[in-house]
Amino acid sequence: MNLLWIPLLPLLGTLVPLLTTRWERSQSAALTAVAPAISLVLVLLCIPDVFNQQTLQVSYPWVPQLGLNLSFHLDGLGLLFSLLILGIGLLVILYARYYLSEKDHMGRFYAYLILFMTAMLGIVLSNNLIQLWFFWELTSISSFLLISFWSDKTEARKGARMALTITGAGGLALLAGLILLGEVAGSYNLSEVLQRGDLIRASDAYPAIMVLVLIGAFTKSAQFPFHFWLPHAMAAPTPVSAYLHSATMVKAGVFLMARFYPVLAQSDLWFITVSLVGLSTLLVGAYTALFKHDLKGLLAYSTISHLGLITLLFGLNTQLAAIAAVFHIINHAVFKASLFMAAGIIDHESGSRDMRQLNGLWKYMPYTATLAMVAAASMAGVPLLNGFLSKEMLFAETLHQSTFGSLSWVIPIMATIGGALAVAYSLRFIHDVFFNGEPINLPKTPHEPPRYMRVPVEVLVVLCLLVGIVPEWSVGELLRAAAGAVLGQTLPAFSLSIWHGFNLPLLMSALAVLGGGWLYYNRGHLFAFQDQFVEWDAKLEFERNIQRITTAAARFTEWFDNGSLQRYAFALVVMALVFAGSPMLELEVALGSRPEQPLNWAVIAAAAMLIIGTITTVVFSHRRLLALVLISIVGLIVSITFAYFSAPDLALTQLSVEVVTIILFLLALFFLPQHASLRDSPPQRIVRDLTIASLVGAVVGTLCYAIITRPFESISSFFIANSKTGGGGTNVVNVILVDFRGYDTLGEIAVLGIAALGIFKLLAGMRLFVPASDYRGRPWSEDKHPIMLKKVSQALLPLALLISAYIFLRGHNLPGGGFIAGLVTAIALIQQYIAHGVDWVKERGVSGYHGIIAVGLLIAVLTGMGSWLFERPFMTTWFEYFKWPVVGKFELASAMLFDLGVYLTVIGATLLILANLGKLTTSERPKAGVSD
Amino acid sequence: METVYAICVGVLTTGGVYLVMRSHTFSVVLGLTLLSYAVNLFLFASGRLVVNQPAILGQSANPADPLPQALVLTAIVIGFAMTAFALILALRARSDLGNDQVDGRVRDDVLNKRKKSQGE
Repeated sequence: MNLLWIPLLPLLGTLVPLLTTRWERSQSAALTAVAPAISLVLVLLCIPDVFNQQTLQVSYPWVPQLGLNLSFHLDGLGLLFSLLILGIGLLVILYARYYLSEKDHMGRFYAYLILFMTAMLGIVLSNNLIQLWFFWELTSISSFLLISFWSDKTEARKGARMALTITGAGGLALLAGLILLGEVAGSYNLSEVLQRGDLIRASDAYPAIMVLVLIGAFTKSAQFPFHFWLPHAMAAPTPVSAYLHSATMVKAGVFLMARFYPVLAQSDLWFITVSLVGLSTLLVGAYTALFKHDLKGLLAYSTISHLGLITLLFGLNTQLAAIAAVFHIINHAVFKASLFMAAGIIDHESGSRDMRQLNGLWKYMPYTATLAMVAAASMAGVPLLNGFLSKEMLFAETLHQSTFGSLSWVIPIMATIGGALAVAYSLRFIHDVFFNGEPINLPKTPHEPPRYMRVPVEVLVVLCLLVGIVPEWSVGELLRAAAGAVLGQTLPAFSLSIWHGFNLPLLMSALAVLGGGWLYYNRGHLFAFQDQFVEWDAKLEFERNIQRITTAAARFTEWFDNGSLQRYAFALVVMALVFAGSPMLELEVALGSRPEQPLNWAVIAAAAMLIIGTITTVVFSHRRLLALVLISIVGLIVSITFAYFSAPDLALTQLSVEVVTIILFLLALFFLPQHASLRDSPPQRIVRDLTIASLVGAVVGTLCYAIITRPFESISSFFIANSKTGGGGTNVVNVILVDFRGYDTLGEIAVLGIAALGIFKLLAGMRLFVPASDYRGRPWSEDKHPIMLKKVSQALLPLALLISAYIFLRGHNLPGGGFIAGLVTAIALIQQYIAHGVDWVKERGVSGYHGIIAVGLLIAVLTGMGSWLFERPFMTTWFEYFKWPVVGKFELASAMLFDLGVYLTVIGATLLILANLGKLTTSERPKAGVSD
Repeated sequence: METVYAICVGVLTTGGVYLVMRSHTFSVVLGLTLLSYAVNLFLFASGRLVVNQPAILGQSANPADPLPQALVLTAIVIGFAMTAFALILALRARSDLGNDQVDGRVRDDVLNKRKKSQGE
C-alpha cells in the first residue's frame, strides 16, 4: 500500500463537495466523507506494521539538488495524529451537515475543511523539512478560509486575519529554523535529521534553531504570549472550532514539539523555555476562561490552558512527562472536540452562547446535557474519565522533575492551582448552562438537536469513558507507539490504570477538585475582583497596530515614490556614484604603465572645442536653438576623434547619425518652446546637481584614464586572425558586425525597428500646439520649399544614393557597411522631404517604412537561417570570389546579404521616425495668415 | 594624450549628468545625447588609443582593437534610436500634459512664486 494515498485522497476529495454542491445536502456530505474515510481505512491498515516498530516510507525525487523530495513516512506519532485528524474530521463532517444552515454554502465549507485536513495530514506525515513547512503554511491559509467562512461578519474577517498574521509570522520563523536545522544536520530528510540530535545540539546554531522552531510551535498552539488570536478565531462556525481549535490546527504546534523532541530537547535551554511558557499559558488560560461569559470563549481559553499543559509536559525533564504529553494530546482532542460540538448544539438550538442568558437547559435538552457534562467532567479531570488519567500523570511528573533545580517545587503547586481553575471553569460550564435557574431572554426555545447531530458527540464521549475506564486496553499500544517515536528510544515502564493507590498525585487531584469547587462557590467575589481591571482587547490593539503599519508604509511610499522623475534621476545618479566611486577609492594610482602618447596641437584644439562646446551647451541649454548648434559641434568633434584614433567606421557612423539627430531635434523644437519657459531650478539645487555631476564626471574620467593607461590583453587577435579566412573580409569591424557577432547585430537592428515602431505609435494621434511664429514673434517663412533647395537636393539624390551603394559594397573590406550606407541613404531621402514636402515624396512612391523594416529584419534572419540548409550553425558565412565583367574580380558573401538586412532596417527605422514627425509639422501647420 | 582624452570624457559626463537632472524635457534629451557621447568614447577607449592604425587587414601592421569599435558602432545607432524615442516622448508629454516639465507638472516652488506675484 502506498502512503502517498493517505494525504492525496483528501486532496482529490476537496473537489467532491464542490462538484456535488447542488445535490441534496445529506448526499453531498456523505460523498464528501468518502475520501477521508478511505484514507482512514488505509491508516488503520498500517496499524499492525507501526505497532511492530516499523516506519513506513515513500519518497519521490522532486528537486533533489536542493534536498527537496516529496516524501512521506508513518511512525507512531504520525499514526496517532492521522487517526485524530481523520477520525475527528469525519465526525465534524457529519456534525457540520446539521450545523450549517440552508443559507451557508456547504460545498465551499467542506472543500475548505478537507483542504485543511489534507494540510494537517501533510504535516504529520511529511518526511522532509521543507515539505513539512509547506503543509504547515497550508494549514494557516486553509484555516484562514475556514475562520472567515462567514465573511459578511466583521468579527470573522478580523479574527481570521489575526490568526493568519500570527500563525503566518510564526511559520516564517519556523521556515528559518527548519532551514538552519537542515543545514546543520546536512540533510532535509526528517528521518535523517532525527538521527543527528547530538550533532545539532552541539552546533552553535542550536539556540537559534530551537527558538525559531519554538516560535513556530508557540504561535500555532496559541502559547502565551501569542495566545490572543485563538479566542478571536472563535468567530468561525463551531464545527471549525471543534476541529481546528481542539484536535488539529492548534495541535500542530505541540506536534512540532513532539516531532523534534529527540533533536531539540535534552538541553536546559529547551526545558526551561518550554516549561515556563507552558506553565504561564496553563495558568493564564485557565484563569481567563473562568471569566468568559461566551460559551465558546470559555472553551477557547480552556483550550489555551490545556495546550499550555501539554507544552509544560514537553518542558519537564523526565521521559514519562513526554509520554504524558502525548497521552494528553489524545485526551484533550477527544473531550474538547465533543465540548465544542455540544456548545455548537446549544448555540444552534437556543440561539445564544452567552452564559448569562443560558441557564437551566437540563430541562430542555437532558440528553445533550448529559453528554456535555461527561465531557466537561473529563476536562476537569474527574476519575473514570480520560482527562483524569493524563492530569494524574502531569501531577506525578511535576513531582519527579528537576527542571528549575532547587526551585522545582514551584511547578507542582502551580499545576495544582491550574487544576483547580480547570475544575472551576468546568463547573461553571456545567452549572451555569444546565442548571442555575431559568433561561433569560433566549431567542429560541431550546430543544434537543436532530438525531445525527448528536452522534459525533456520543462517539467522542464514549471514547472519553472508554479511555478513562480501560486505558491500557483502548489506547495503550497506540500511546506506546507514539511515545516511542517521540522519545526515539526504548520507553520507560509505565502503567495506564485508574488506581495507583493513595499517593501524592491523588492528593493533588483531590485538592484541585476541592479548590475548584471552592473557587466556583466564591465566584461572585472573584468576578467583582476581576471587574476592576479593564479588559485588554487584543483585536482592537491588533487592528490599531496593523493600521499604524499601513499608515507608516503609505507615508513612506508617498515620500519615497512621489512621482517626480527628476528626483528619481537624481537618486539614480547618486547610487551610480556611490557604487562606481567607492571601488575607485581603493585604486591607489590612476596612472598605469602604458607610456602616454605625445600631444599635438590638433588634439589640443579639438579637445578645447569639445570642452567649450559641452560647457556652452549646458550653459545655453535654455536657448534651445543655440544649444543645438553647440551640441552639434560636440558631435562633430566626437566623430573626428573616432577618425583620429583609427576608427573610420565609427567616424562615418557618428557623422551620419549626427546629421539625422540634429534634423530630428530641429523638428521637435518646432513643437517645443524654443526658450525654456521657466527658470530651471532654484540656485541651491543647481549647486547640488553641479556638485554631483562633477563628482560623476571625475569618477568616469579617472576610470577612463586608469583603463587607457594600462596594458591589456584582448580577445580581438582571434577576430583579426580569422577575419579574412573565416569571414571573407578585411574590414575587421564590419566582419565582427555581420559575421562573428552577427547575432548581436541582429538583436540590435531588431531593437532599432522596435524603437521606431514605438515612436510611430507615440506620434499617432498626438495633438500639439503649433506656433504661428517663432519666439520673437516673426512669422514662419511662406516659401516652404525654396526652389534652390529643391533643385540642388534633387541633383544630389542620385549622387548620394550612388555613394551609399559604394559605401555599402566596400563595407566588408574597407570602412563602410550597412549601418553607414543606410544612414546616408536615409539622409538623402530626408533631404527630399525637406526640400519638397511630405506629399511630393509620397507621390513618388517612397513610403511604407514599416514594410522596409520588416523586409530588412526578414532578410537578416533568413540569411542567418540559410546556413541551416548547408547544415551549418545559424549565421555561418559563405563567401566566394567571382570574376565579373567590367568590374573585375569581386567577392560575394552571404554576410553581404545580412548587411543588406541591416541597411534596409536602418533606412526604414530612421525614415519612419523622421518622416512621421515631419508629417506632423506639415499637416498640423496652420495656413499662412489664417493663424494668430 | 591620454590625459586630455580622459578629461574630455569627464567633462562630457559632467555636462550630460547635469542636464539629465534638469526639469525641462529638452534639457534632459540634450543631456542624454552628451551622455551617450561620453559613454561611446569611454567604451571605445577600452581598446586603447591608437593613432593611424585602423583595423583593416593589410593596411596596418599593428591594428587597433576592432571589438570595442564594433560594439560602439551599434551603440551609436541604438543611441540615436533612444534619443529619438526620448525626444518624441517629450513631445507626447507636452501634448498630453500641456507642459514641458520632466515631472509632467509645474514645480511647486514655481507655482507658489506665481501665486505670490499674482497676489501682489
